[in-house]
Amino acid sequence: MTGTKLRLDHDHCRLLLKQMLRVRRFEEKCAELYTREKIRGFLHLYIGEEAVATGIMQALGEEDAVVATYREHGHALLRGVPAGEIMAEMYGKQEGCSRGRGGSMHLFHAPTRFYGGNAIVGGGLPMAVGLALADKMQGKRNITVCFFGEGAAAEGEFHESLNLAALWDLPVLFVCENNLYAMGTALDLSESETDIHAKAASYKMPSEIVDGMNVVDVEVAARRSVDAIREGNGPVFLECRTYRFRAHSMFDPELYREKEEVKKWTEIGPIRRFQSWALEAGELNQTDIDAIEEEVALEVSEAVAFAEAGTWEPVTDLLHDVGAEART
Amino acid sequence: MSRTMTYREAMREAIREAMNADEKVFLMGEDVGHYGGCYAVSKGLLDEFGPDRIRDTPLSESGFTGAGIGAALGGMRPIVEIMTCNFALLALDQIMNTAATMRHMSGGQYHVPVVIRMATGAGRQLAAQHSHSLEGWFAHIPGLRVLAPATVADARAMLARALEDPDPVLIFENALLYNREGDVPDDLAAIDIDHASIRREGSDISLITYGGSLWKCMDAAEELAGIGVSAEVLDLRTLRPLDDAAIMASVAKTRRALIVDEGWRSGSLSAEIMSRIIEQGFWTLDTPPMRLCSAEVPIPYAKHMEEAALPQVSGIVDAARKLVGG
Repeated sequence: MTGTKLRLDHDHCRLLLKQMLRVRRFEEKCAELYTREKIRGFLHLYIGEEAVATGIMQALGEEDAVVATYREHGHALLRGVPAGEIMAEMYGKQEGCSRGRGGSMHLFHAPTRFYGGNAIVGGGLPMAVGLALADKMQGKRNITVCFFGEGAAAEGEFHESLNLAALWDLPVLFVCENNLYAMGTALDLSESETDIHAKAASYKMPSEIVDGMNVVDVEVAARRSVDAIREGNGPVFLECRTYRFRAHSMFDPELYREKEEVKKWTEIGPIRRFQSWALEAGELNQTDIDAIEEEVALEVSEAVAFAEAGTWEPVTDLLHDVGAEART
Repeated sequence: MSRTMTYREAMREAIREAMNADEKVFLMGEDVGHYGGCYAVSKGLLDEFGPDRIRDTPLSESGFTGAGIGAALGGMRPIVEIMTCNFALLALDQIMNTAATMRHMSGGQYHVPVVIRMATGAGRQLAAQHSHSLEGWFAHIPGLRVLAPATVADARAMLARALEDPDPVLIFENALLYNREGDVPDDLAAIDIDHASIRREGSDISLITYGGSLWKCMDAAEELAGIGVSAEVLDLRTLRPLDDAAIMASVAKTRRALIVDEGWRSGSLSAEIMSRIIEQGFWTLDTPPMRLCSAEVPIPYAKHMEEAALPQVSGIVDAARKLVGG
């Protein structure tokens, strides 16, 4: 892979920080709304991991496809799904991006080629392979980005998909978000080889480890990988090492990790770290940051208002969209 | 006008026709290319269409079935061949959690026009792990269409209709049928796969069946005719959604129902059909309906034991005689 230079000027720093803050503030609001029972079911927060999706999305074009997991609010937001539609989905309203049928774990959005939202660990990888196969067979230059956690590496679908993508030289960017815990099971309790990126080598797939707490590192790696994939060099595997600051879901009492460990990671949190750097480097000042916070707060409050004003799908529509109307 | 061919040839011709008609159609699966298909269905197609469109896959049922689903989402029209339904268990996550849910779960934004073909059934002394009849399981799942072509004509016609469907379609091909010969009419459009078909008219009892068991029922009906019992044979063809109207019409006419299904009895497709007859056709019945299913045992290897485990013509005749009071 060739080196890719990234120009970290004021505008770009502002963009990266804002994108990470959009996810952070949106999800903080989600957590609050969950305790107020506006959002129900499972809610998996991405807080702490924002640099990964933020950096990766910078490298994508409009026609590229995104496949994510059940921890995908951030990915949807960053891909361009309107915040109001995401929030309305979590409220279960029909104005939601999946008409209220999917909830937090199943966000879909065809206009941005956002393919969810898969709540089966590893289940999205074969789909990503297929989307890339379709693009390749149709002569399109699109790539498919597939996000998954390190827990997926224990699934057969992970290995089957890496093999297929490499065997057929498909344009897939595999992004492992290694947050060290598969729900509550630590990586060293579940994998004989804890170096996840090394597994790609058995499929002859180029891979690298990326500091997933550093948005710039992620963006640089993503741009380099996407360029290589678009040139027709087959799939690339990125292992982004990151950390989930919040519990696995709102039901998780977090008995499996020490508070000290969480504290250690939050100190190198992606937003804190990038914001301090940008301030020190003089690319951003406090006024910029205040303005970003204000813009983000407005977006979040408008999203909540949109969700609150949303309506319930009529129960008479219950059986809609199980199959095409003409055939059912 | 019609032509005679085998079930295997009918399937192959259907695939060839679909691939010639639409360049987005391709076939993928284990041994579909260089080997020519486990049951030789795709024999010769690799030379004709090349390895991109007759795509051999590794033994990764979940991976390549999911890839077929993804390719369908991406604008292609894949035909995924899973060698047998026994191996489809390894792809159940993709079929059930992704293909079947996508349209509804995405609020109608995405749909999955994938066709998944697989062989099904017992009767070749392949023992417990290669003899399942799992079509009833898949027919449990909303979001899927499940087809079971029993005749050569249906085998020839069903694929094109399945590929027209914007949603996932599963085709179960009973492996004992591949060598069977039959007539295929020139007018394939007239073959209506959405509705059950009366393969033999009768007035005393309805034999309700599908797939490989159809021919056992036809033989049984012939035998029954010899002893004065007029059996109607209804071929379901589509297992989901079931053609309730055709089932009820036949039962209303004959007033007796015997369901013949190679699946196991407990929690089965035959149980579903019987429930519907009770719910919708109870007052038309002269006698409680009956079922003939496989014995509740992993299918054994030894020939005499396997035969004993499966519905057979003699068993169908006996059950039918009991029902008509003979």
